[in-house]
Amino acid sequence: MQLILEKRAQASRLMHFASPVLAIGLTVILGGLIFAAMGQPPLKALYLYFIDPLTNLWSIEEVLVKAAPLVLIGVGLSVTFRANVWNIGAEGQLTAGALLGSIIPIFFASWQSPLALLVMLILGMIGGALLAAIPAFLKVRFGVNEILTSLMLVYIAHLLLDWLVRGPWKDPHGYNFPKSVSFEGWQLIPTFGDGRVHLGLVIALLIALLLYWVMTRTIKGFEVRVIGAAPRAGAFAGFSQSRMVWFCFLLSGGLAGLAGIIEVAGTIGQLQPNISPSYGFTAIIVAFLGRLNPIGVIFAGLLLAVSYIGGEGVQIELGVSDKTAQVFQGMLLFFILMCDTLIHYRLRLLKGNGGAQ
Amino acid sequence: MSSSTLTEAAPSSKGSAQALLAVKSVSKKFGDFVANDAIDLSLEAGKIHALLGENGAGKSTLVKMIYGALQPTSGQIIWQGEALCIDNPAAARELGIGMVFQHFSLFEALTVTENISLALPPHLRTSDLEERIASLSQDYGLPLNPQALVVDLSVGERQRIEIVRCLLQEPRLLIMDEPTAVLTPQEAEALFATLNRLTTEGCAVLYISHRLEEVKQLCHDATILRHGKVVAQLDPQLETAATLAQHMVGTSVHEVSRQECEQSGEVALQLSNLKQMADTPFGVHLLDINLQVRSGEIMAIAGVAGNGQGELFSVLSGEVINDVAGAISIQGEACGQMGINARRQLHAAFVPEERNGHGAVADFSLTENILLSRHAVADGQQPLHKGWAGIDRAELASVNQSVAKKYDVRSASIDAEAGSLSGGNLQKFVVGRELERQPKVLVINQPTWGVDAGAAALIRQALIDLSRQGSAILVISQDLDEIFELADRIAVISRGHLSASHFASEMTREDIGLLMSKEETSHPVSSLSEGGA
Amino acid sequence: MSAYEAILLTIITASTPLLLAAIGELVVERSGVLNLGLEGMMVMGAVCGFAMAQVTGSPWLGVLMAMLAGIAMSMLFAFLTQTLVTNQVATGLSITLLGLGLSGLIGSGFVGMPGIKLEYISIPVLSDLPVVGKLVFGQDPLVYISILLVLGVSYMLKRTRMGLIIRAVGQNHDSAHALGYSVIKVRYACIAFGGMTSGLAGAYLSLVYTPQWIENMTAGRGWIALALVVFSTWLPGRLAAGAYLFGGVWILGLYAQGMGVGIPSQLLSSLPYLATILALIVISTNRRLSVINTPASLGQGFVPDR
Repeated sequence: MQLILEKRAQASRLMHFASPVLAIGLTVILGGLIFAAMGQPPLKALYLYFIDPLTNLWSIEEVLVKAAPLVLIGVGLSVTFRANVWNIGAEGQLTAGALLGSIIPIFFASWQSPLALLVMLILGMIGGALLAAIPAFLKVRFGVNEILTSLMLVYIAHLLLDWLVRGPWKDPHGYNFPKSVSFEGWQLIPTFGDGRVHLGLVIALLIALLLYWVMTRTIKGFEVRVIGAAPRAGAFAGFSQSRMVWFCFLLSGGLAGLAGIIEVAGTIGQLQPNISPSYGFTAIIVAFLGRLNPIGVIFAGLLLAVSYIGGEGVQIELGVSDKTAQVFQGMLLFFILMCDTLIHYRLRLLKGNGGAQ
Repeated sequence: MSSSTLTEAAPSSKGSAQALLAVKSVSKKFGDFVANDAIDLSLEAGKIHALLGENGAGKSTLVKMIYGALQPTSGQIIWQGEALCIDNPAAARELGIGMVFQHFSLFEALTVTENISLALPPHLRTSDLEERIASLSQDYGLPLNPQALVVDLSVGERQRIEIVRCLLQEPRLLIMDEPTAVLTPQEAEALFATLNRLTTEGCAVLYISHRLEEVKQLCHDATILRHGKVVAQLDPQLETAATLAQHMVGTSVHEVSRQECEQSGEVALQLSNLKQMADTPFGVHLLDINLQVRSGEIMAIAGVAGNGQGELFSVLSGEVINDVAGAISIQGEACGQMGINARRQLHAAFVPEERNGHGAVADFSLTENILLSRHAVADGQQPLHKGWAGIDRAELASVNQSVAKKYDVRSASIDAEAGSLSGGNLQKFVVGRELERQPKVLVINQPTWGVDAGAAALIRQALIDLSRQGSAILVISQDLDEIFELADRIAVISRGHLSASHFASEMTREDIGLLMSKEETSHPVSSLSEGGA
Repeated sequence: MSAYEAILLTIITASTPLLLAAIGELVVERSGVLNLGLEGMMVMGAVCGFAMAQVTGSPWLGVLMAMLAGIAMSMLFAFLTQTLVTNQVATGLSITLLGLGLSGLIGSGFVGMPGIKLEYISIPVLSDLPVVGKLVFGQDPLVYISILLVLGVSYMLKRTRMGLIIRAVGQNHDSAHALGYSVIKVRYACIAFGGMTSGLAGAYLSLVYTPQWIENMTAGRGWIALALVVFSTWLPGRLAAGAYLFGGVWILGLYAQGMGVGIPSQLLSSLPYLATILALIVISTNRRLSVINTPASLGQGFVPDR
């Protein structure tokens, strides 16, 4: 018996939409089995994981708070991956954005005006884009593999953050804790009412919609799709591969940086050694689960935000490791890639030896 | 091994009446598509059997089954009277079936010996093998250096590797897939001599070709396939090229009509001392190329594959930018440093060799593929879309419809994915998309490569019609039949050098063949060897 | 033992996990496959090896388990990329993310436990030789295994038919298929080998280097190993040289920290990552060096027709 692929004449429209659903289904089933193997009641655990976070206002708010950076980074990555450019250092770019944007509250704490917040957001974007410019430059100028360089910079950015909050940027009145001063007033992102949800979510949604328009209605979006699907056809259309690398890195880096400053100025309120539960990596999953489509990314971002909150839920209620969320996320990416094969191929079981491979 | 073993082995078949290999009502299905439908074929020792058919008629599928690379869905393959299942190519080679592939099955960064050893049983020592390669290639007049890297060899030499590789297996049956498509006429003659020698030694040859003249010259029998079925089995010596063609195509092929170019006009495309160094070690350097193409004429560049045609196309189209603005001029404008869209705005159009992935994106709809070469130029004049501006889908759809109508592009739906079209229809689309603009200068690389006869005739006629309306056309082609059908003037490219051009009416195939092999010295083309492995 | 000897010894221990993971990936890439899941396979090897050693008390069973865990992860990768022809970059990432998560889950009960260290092999007499004694004859067994693997892979690729087939498949899978080689089977085998050595590399971390389980203890070594393969231009000898160079950089940082040099420890910790980027730049400025060995079908999926 042998599993073989048969190419479909045309890509399947049905599987295009069914594949993420199938992947989520498989993740839930395997997740249930893993819970059972750990001696936990699988149904209860799955309920706590996926449903419970949506049953009360407090946790819905938490989900939305977590969805904002995921969507913001995810849409940038969805465009980037579409172009077959591999920025996997969004986590570092997030850190860089948080650092550059925090210059305002740390050094100009008395500047209290909406303009200060705007400058912080812009600096955040610049910070992310600057870090992302390094792999872009190395790729275009020397042909250095962008996957490896962008990833190495994640470690470097984390160490830089660590050094700053333990050294020069440490709050002098912070009892020697490794964190910066707390941000105040207009240097914090406004929230809705007294809740935790802040303007960052609106920014993320608007940018997702904007990028959806760019990708489907403009030549720029066409350029991204052509270069990703067939680089030589891109050259034939007169599109430059190098400019595309720059575009993708600056865009996705800028958005990751924006997510970083939004996270510190919206959710955390200060710099500390740990500002992101791997949003930059999880956003890779968000991008794929969302079909590399900005609208899809919105839904995928919400789902993965649920997985964070659900992971915390099962940790508290059942006492299992906080790593379950990461396992679920890994499985989800794994299954989505698997199911995507069905868009272009049919699976068939071949009995006996299929002859030459 | 020596040739004597061949002579002993071959006549051992039980009586001359028995076929060496018989294919009995063999069918092959890919999903719902029937590639081969109840094929019968019989090959005899000492004979050259032609397998004819258009692209997509099912020739490749059939020989792949004989060579064990594919398994029949139904039917039998009988080897010397015994029905058997050829599981894989190694089993076929064990039986004595060898194959020379059209797109060679060679590895560029490996040596000749390594390439050959991969097709032989595993227990041979390298030094023994090198000796055998040297002696056998000398014996058959197929000189090869066993230690050379394939990347440094010409196309003809590469084919020799494939042939020597088969001969070392002491073949009883040799399958040759379009062997002369990549050879100069002189090299082809040498190949025919080798094949004739093999048959006198008792080897059977299954010879796939669409060059009907050489089939008439060389082959003893012929089987003709159309749409996966055998439509005729005949003696090619008794046929004319025209009747053979009729069997292949089914109907009589539309003849391309062409009046002589009365008077050519201004120089519309000019290359002056064009130089372009290859950017990869596997590429060819272009050296001091000079050429003028006038309005109203078709200039053809002949040459064996891999002599710099792809590089020339890239630098002409602007996909690769040259250092010298004046090296290329279109309509009098120096454009060596312009990008492809700027050149299009000078009323030039380009059709690359590869349809899938270069001239069109397989996963995109036809409408989107219109946008590929037309986003910066509409009707050949003004930019239609630029930068971030929105896409006018209605406009694109109407261009797509008129291309489909004018150039007979047939697809499942008007806006099908490009990848779902047959080779001929996609080529008509890619060519039609450019001709629709009525370009003043057209550069087209291998205009009818791998397309059916009907589509080829339509495309060639469209090119002639465009030139007679006053456009300058540069055709790069490996197909000498096509070149003589289209060209007013002919130049030959060889190892990155371009010969002077001559009037087509004053040239013969032999002249072209000589020019093709002119630079055929032993110095390697690729820059790889300079760097050292 | 002199300070100089001690430094060289630690350099070798720091380099060995990189070398182990990279030598497997080198074979994988030679066959035309890019497996970015090294980090995930390695960390799974580390946790499974540690757990097995804890449960059975035998570090050698731990090593065996680590190899099996690496192979298991690599087979997931192979199933997706070879059988289902998924994108190799994305699939490699998913293996890394999955491995980091799963290892955390498996290892949550082992955090903080004292580890069991794989014993050093000390060849009597020889290991007492001056200067070279400890260095050459007093290493832990995995160091010798790593060196044997490098020599073996080098010989295999250059001199054996298996190596020729692997190189052929990596260069042109269509031709290899036309000649009757099973591209997918060859690649499955290479991927499994890569999984095995990554598992070994993980075991080295949790059973030799720092014999305990710490979450994410691979700390990017899988990625550095990937960079090393590029740096080596797919040649095993150069790979070993690169690995020891990197180990040197790593140890340099640690020693500088220990000696209280007035440089922030974070900067010293970032040295290996900076060095990786630098190495990639250096090697890419000389394209000719790598081009002949670059597997031409690297990262491309292969679907045979039937």
